[in-house]
Parts: sequence; C-alpha cells; structure tokens
Amino acid sequence: MVDIWSGLVQAAWLVGTLDAELLEIALRSLKVTLSALIIASLIALPLAALLAVRRFRFRRTVIAVLNALMGLPPVVVGLVVYVLLSRSGPLGVLGLLFTPTAMVIAQVVIIVPLIASIAHQSIRDLWQEYHDLLISMNVTQGQKIRTLLWDSRRALLTAALAGFGRGIGEVGAIMIVGGNIDHATRVLTTAIALETGKGNFALALALGFVLIALAIAVNLAIHALSRTEREGRW
Amino acid sequence: MKHLILSLALIACSGAALAAETMKMAVTTSFHNSGLADVLLPRIAADLDLEVQLLVVGTGQAIRLGEAGDVDAILVHSRGAEETFVAAGNGTHRREIMYNDFVFIGPESDPADIAGAPSATEALQRIAAAEAPFVSRGDDSGTHKKELSLWDDAGQDPATLHDWYKPVGAGMGAALNTAAGMGAYIMSDRASWLNFGNKGDLALLFSGDAVLFNQYAYLPVNPEKHGHVKHDLAMKLENWLVSDTAKGLIDGYTIDGETLFVFNAKAAD
Amino acid sequence: MSDLFPVRLEAARATRRGRTLVGPVDLELDGAGTTVVIGPNGAGKTTFLRMLHGTARLGGGRIRWNCTTEEARHHQCFVFQQPVMLRRTVMQNLIYPLRMRGMSRGEAEDRARRWAARVGLGSMLTRQAPVLSGGERQKLALARAMITEPKLLFLDEPCASLDGRAMREIEEILQEARAGGMRLILSTHDMGQARRLADEVLFLLHGWLHDRGAGPEFFTQPATPQARAFLNGDIVE
Repeated sequence: MVDIWSGLVQAAWLVGTLDAELLEIALRSLKVTLSALIIASLIALPLAALLAVRRFRFRRTVIAVLNALMGLPPVVVGLVVYVLLSRSGPLGVLGLLFTPTAMVIAQVVIIVPLIASIAHQSIRDLWQEYHDLLISMNVTQGQKIRTLLWDSRRALLTAALAGFGRGIGEVGAIMIVGGNIDHATRVLTTAIALETGKGNFALALALGFVLIALAIAVNLAIHALSRTEREGRW
Repeated sequence: MKHLILSLALIACSGAALAAETMKMAVTTSFHNSGLADVLLPRIAADLDLEVQLLVVGTGQAIRLGEAGDVDAILVHSRGAEETFVAAGNGTHRREIMYNDFVFIGPESDPADIAGAPSATEALQRIAAAEAPFVSRGDDSGTHKKELSLWDDAGQDPATLHDWYKPVGAGMGAALNTAAGMGAYIMSDRASWLNFGNKGDLALLFSGDAVLFNQYAYLPVNPEKHGHVKHDLAMKLENWLVSDTAKGLIDGYTIDGETLFVFNAKAAD
Repeated sequence: MSDLFPVRLEAARATRRGRTLVGPVDLELDGAGTTVVIGPNGAGKTTFLRMLHGTARLGGGRIRWNCTTEEARHHQCFVFQQPVMLRRTVMQNLIYPLRMRGMSRGEAEDRARRWAARVGLGSMLTRQAPVLSGGERQKLALARAMITEPKLLFLDEPCASLDGRAMREIEEILQEARAGGMRLILSTHDMGQARRLADEVLFLLHGWLHDRGAGPEFFTQPATPQARAFLNGDIVE
C-alpha cells in the first residue's frame, strides 16, 4: 500500500512540476498511439463497411479470422514486425527499426482487427435496417459505404476508442520494435516496464497513474469534440 | 466530427527531426542498471558530438541484434559468446573495456549460511545442500552463463535441480524482484544490486572471490557483413571508451560510495 | 429520353430458394393512372411489386420496359410498408436521394422544404426522423420517394397503420401526383381505398394474376367467383 500511495504522490509531483522527461515520454506515447489510431481507423472502418455490405464466398471466414485476430498477443506482432523491419529482413533497407514509425506500424497491426470487428457488427446491424431502402434507391457501393459509416459514427467512435485503449496500454510489441531507447523511442508503458524491472515500484506506479489520467483525458476530449455537431443523439 | 478528425491529424503530425550524428549500441541490462550510461553518454555527446542510442536488452538479444546488423556495436560481458561472434564474422574484434563483479544476494537470515563460505563454489554447494530457494536469470544472458559455469565448478548440473532452483527467464531487475518476493538467493552484478529499489528482506551475503569478476567488452559490428553500419562512428566511440577520459569516469563512478567498475582497457588493439 | 411504358411481363416469375412466390405472370401495363394490386394475405402483392421494381429476383421470364432497365430503375421509387427512416433529421432524409444523384446541397434543400410543406412536415425539418410517429414517417417516406420526381411510384400498403386523417392526407397527395402524370402502382388491403384510387385493378391469388379489370367495373361486376368472394369480404383460399 505504501507503494501505491507514494506512487500517487510521485505522480502528482511529476505532473505538477511538469517534469521534462515525463512530458517527453507522455507526448511520445500520445503521438505514437494517436497516429496508429488514425491510420488503423482509415484501414479498419472502410474494411468493416465493405465486409458488411459485400457478399462474397469467404465472408464468414474472413469475419471469424478478424474476430480471432483481436486476441493476437501483441508481443508476437512485435516479433513479426521486428523480423520484417530488421536490417537482415525484407524491409530492412527502409531503416525503420527502433524508430517511432516502427512502433506505429506494430500498433496499427494490433488495433486494426479490434476496430474492424467492433465496427463491423454495428455497421452490419445498420445495414440490415437500411438494406431495402438503399437498394431500392439504387445508390452505388461507395455511397452505401459512406452512408453506413456516417450514420453509425457514434458506434464507430466507440470502436476507435477501444483501439486507442488497446494501443496506449500496449508494451510488448513496441518494446521489441522500438527498443525503448531513451529520448528516442521510450514511451510511458515501456518506461513503466523499465522502472518495474529496476525495482522502482513507486516510480512505475506513478507513471502508471499518469498513463491512466492521460487515457481518461483523451477520451473526455474526444467526446467533447465530437459533440460540436448539433444533431443530438444519432 | 470533422473538427475531431482534424485535431487528431494535427497532433499526429507534430514532430521535428533531429540532425545530430547517431549510432545504435546494444548493451546488457546489467550495464544499464548500473547507471554508468547516464554518466558516460552526455560526456560522449559533448566530446564527440555523437548521440549513442542504447538498446537495453539481454546478452542473447544483443548478440542477435549485432548479427542482424540492427545495431552498430554491442557491449556485453560473455567472453565465449563474444569470441563466437567475432569468429563468425559478425564483429570486427573485441575490445575489453572494464570489469565489475558478481555478488551473491540472499535473505538476511541466510538459511544456507553462505556469508561465511570461503569461496563462491563453496557458497553454491551450501545452497544446494540446504535446498534453499535460488532464483536464476535463466535467460541465456552473460550473467546467466556465468552462473551456470559456477554451478558447474560446484559440481552441480542446474538442469537436474528442481523445486528450489527457479529459472525465471527475465532481466536482472525482474529476477531480483522475484527473489525479493520469495526470499530466495540470487547471483547479481554488484551495480544492479546497488541500484535496485526493492530490496525488501534481501542483503549482500557473499562477494570478493576472483572467479566472480565480470569482464565487459566492446564489439563493433562488421561493416563487411552489413554495409550500412556506422563503422567509423563505432570506432570513434571505441577510441573514446579506452581513453583516459573514460578511465576517469568509469573508475570514479560510485553508488553510495562504492565503486562498481574497474577500467582495464589496454592501449593497443 | 424514352418513356418507361408500356412495360411487358413475359412469364415473369419471382422465386426464392427454388420456390416460386409469384408467377408466371403475363401482363402489359401502360403509362397512365393508378394500378391497385389487391388480394388476400400471402397472395404475393409485395413480391409482385418488388419484382416489377427489380428488387426481387426474377427466377424466370422477362420484364421488358420501353427503355433500358437501367433507365427504368432510375425513374422509379418505392415506398415500403414499414418505412425505413435514415438516422438523420427530416431535412437530411429528404435531401438524401437528391444528393446521391449529385444535386447541389442548396438546390436539394429548397426542394426538400417545398415537399416537406406539401406533406405537412414543414415545421419538423430539424426533427430526428426515427422519433416521428407512424403517420409522419409514412408521409416522410412518401415525400422522400416523390422528391426525385419519379415517373413510376410503387407503394406497398401505404396506409396500413394510419388513422383516417393521415390516410386522407396521403390519398390527396397521391391523387395530386397522379394528376401531375405520375404512374402509381400500389397494393392495399383497404377496399375502400382501392375503390377510391384505382383506375385499374390487379387481383392476385396464390401468386397468380387471377383477375384484372378497370377500376369501377371490377368492383361492381367482378369477373371471377374468387374475386366476388374476396370483395364480399369472404376468406378466399
């Protein structure tokens, strides 16, 4: 209990004094995960919509695989991305290993299945509702997808926030592909792992509390921003 | 909703590129935990205008990174593995820089009574006889390999030891955490121990035997095998590491008044 | 641009999983007035309408419009028995079909305002469509279908769950549209409504086109015993 209390105190101190190192790693955490979130959403949301409206033979298999990929251990993703980006690997010439970009890539791979699976279910439900109308109106496939994505945007936001949560707390993959290099690829979660490994529990907890607070702040901000529409409930 | 997307995009795009010379070096967790890097790196940056990016991993992974050419040099403490590394053409050569020592840590009550043992080998034999819980790194690191060789000297085969011998497959800090949590014996490098923040009931019980000395060596990755490695920067760093400046910093580095490392680099290659 | 009509159905059959739901039907429809499709439950009225509209799969036979099927689709609209509301405001529902066809937002909103006023929803443009009452939904669906000024409008039991007043309002709109040259094909259970609106009646039974007649004659002198029984209110099997 002493550790938890001193962790809270230390967290307050670090935040209150705007500790430079804390700011650096917190900002990097946000940048990496937010970038990954944007890219993953750009991939996952249209994919989810496509899966919902298009009928093709292996649809059920693809959806099942997508759902299963949600359970992919991040550290495994990290290893695979590492092998691909390593200098001895196929994409080594890009020199992306141990950079924040590699971390973004790994996180994108991890959160795309999550966002796509959740989004797909909501979009599918809405498609059931709109099906007859949109078919009758003869809208194009692209228009169908855009209409569904827009009208289910609140559910999609939830899916995206789920992805954000998964990403901001992730440590296994980004440890491997980022290397936890001080001032270059260290983020909140890898710093927590480092301090825990050194036995500095209080500091690790402090960083943990900052991480939680950050996640809450981001969620609040997103909810506030998305109400700039005056529409109300839908 | 459009405001939201725009804001997110803006945050993600903020970022500046730094233009200092950089190189990547894989070092072991035991080296990093000592805190010596925090003293050396700023001085290296000042003297050589060189940013050394450290990847803190286990010895096994450090060697893997060197083999793959993902780093420009490695600093490890496992002579056998190092010589294999050079022989296989992955590194150009090995340069001894400094050594520290390993110590035996255990519960203050010392149930196996190793504090009075005359040698490291004897201490381990006492632990085995008492079947006192012992935490091993179990991760193929330099520390782990050293520990295995000591068990060998003591006439024990760790592969046959069960129950009380616990390989955790983790770094030094994590292993110390586990030892603290279960009141077990453990072999640690002195620096990690001194810097460890969760000592709990543990205490330093045995040290000083010459066999416990731990040599660190610097190995630049072979540019013939990986053309992109920054060999010139690696050599620049090596020259600095064997210089008098480095000697002063390394010999002068203390934790709680205790020196940790002894500089032993030779002038010639 | 050629007219849609006359449209010919040649042995047209709507099937689903091997079962024939409607047909085969041989029929020719011309381009004027209102056709009302009647028949007992399960006769296939909805499927018949969908078959003509192209949203029920043709299991056999052909449907030949006077123009290409593409063009025909473009000038038709369908009002469903349970109207589908987009999860948006009334205004956004109305402009949706226009925007999908590339009309500018300003023009679409103007047209939407006119149509909303016409169906009596003028004061509800900013309401969320899903919270409208049954009658309001039906009116919105109707306005949304007519806003693109189709040449042919299908309505599947358009007043099934409406009270008298709403029904009258909708029938007025339909009569106006008919007077303006729009072709209407609708199905209904309400014989009174059928009598009021029909220029032509199609009587469906067990998926077959059992009987056909001009409006007034069909009701006063039904040709077949089943039609007679049906108009009498008997259960026809």
